[in-house]
Amino acid sequence: MPLRAAVITFPGSNCDRDMAVAIERVTGTAPLRVWHADAELPERLDFIALPGGFSYGDYLRSGAMAANSPVMRGVKQHAERGVPVLGVCNGFQVLTEAGLLPGALMRNASQNFICRTVPLKVENSTSLFTAGFASGQTIDIPVAHHDGNYFADEDTLDRLEGEGRVAFRYVENCNGSRRDIAGVLNAAGNVLGMMPHPERAVDPAHGGTDGLALFENALRSLADA
Amino acid sequence: MKIRVHVSLKPGVLDPQGRAVHHALEGLGFEGVEDVRVGRSIELDVADNTSDAALTDMCEKLLANTVIENYRIEKVG
Repeated sequence: MPLRAAVITFPGSNCDRDMAVAIERVTGTAPLRVWHADAELPERLDFIALPGGFSYGDYLRSGAMAANSPVMRGVKQHAERGVPVLGVCNGFQVLTEAGLLPGALMRNASQNFICRTVPLKVENSTSLFTAGFASGQTIDIPVAHHDGNYFADEDTLDRLEGEGRVAFRYVENCNGSRRDIAGVLNAAGNVLGMMPHPERAVDPAHGGTDGLALFENALRSLADA
Repeated sequence: MKIRVHVSLKPGVLDPQGRAVHHALEGLGFEGVEDVRVGRSIELDVADNTSDAALTDMCEKLLANTVIENYRIEKVG
């Protein structure tokens, strides 16, 4: 059976097409495109992606409105059942606001919108999403955000590090994130949120293909399962 | 019933916006400003029989992100 992936689009999402292209590049099948107001997700889904953008114009807090939109009930249910969920940039903000990942993403410490390619250190190379990388490997992935300053209290940060749930760190902290954290996993390891955009590094024309391994590993291991 | 919800960053959470405003005040020549924290206030007009528990729930579920923010509910009248 072909792998069934879905990309959720909220009003204001703007990386949903890039995400869909990255997924299709690996799976050969266009993912399902799901609109935020769809209260029901298909019963069988193998992979869910929450794309970047500015859902609901970042009203209230980045990701806060999207986290409470009808489709997120289904996303939560699938996540609890173990379906892999990838949230990139605004998708990461939505996942923290929805309580699927710990912490919060605040305004960049510099107050500036940052848009450039940054080196990331792969901290955890055992997760579904990161097993295609070597531990400690440095990869170049674009960031483009205003609210990427990862915050969690010290106890939470200690727990995340102790449990190997820091997936990626910035080699040079670009936004003020606590402990240079660029991406975190949930306890079960099936939900990854990250500020950098792996879907913008899957084609030589992007200027780099370091993001491809993330999609290849996550989606191919699912297809093989 | 008019309700005002005051949302502020928790103490110890860096407030880059407050810092920038602080900087700007100093740039305008205002002296003696020790610190600036930027929050938001949200005004609600709710049914008179809305319970305190419901108001708290609104704050916890949406109006504030309790990971980084505190909130205070004020009944304006």
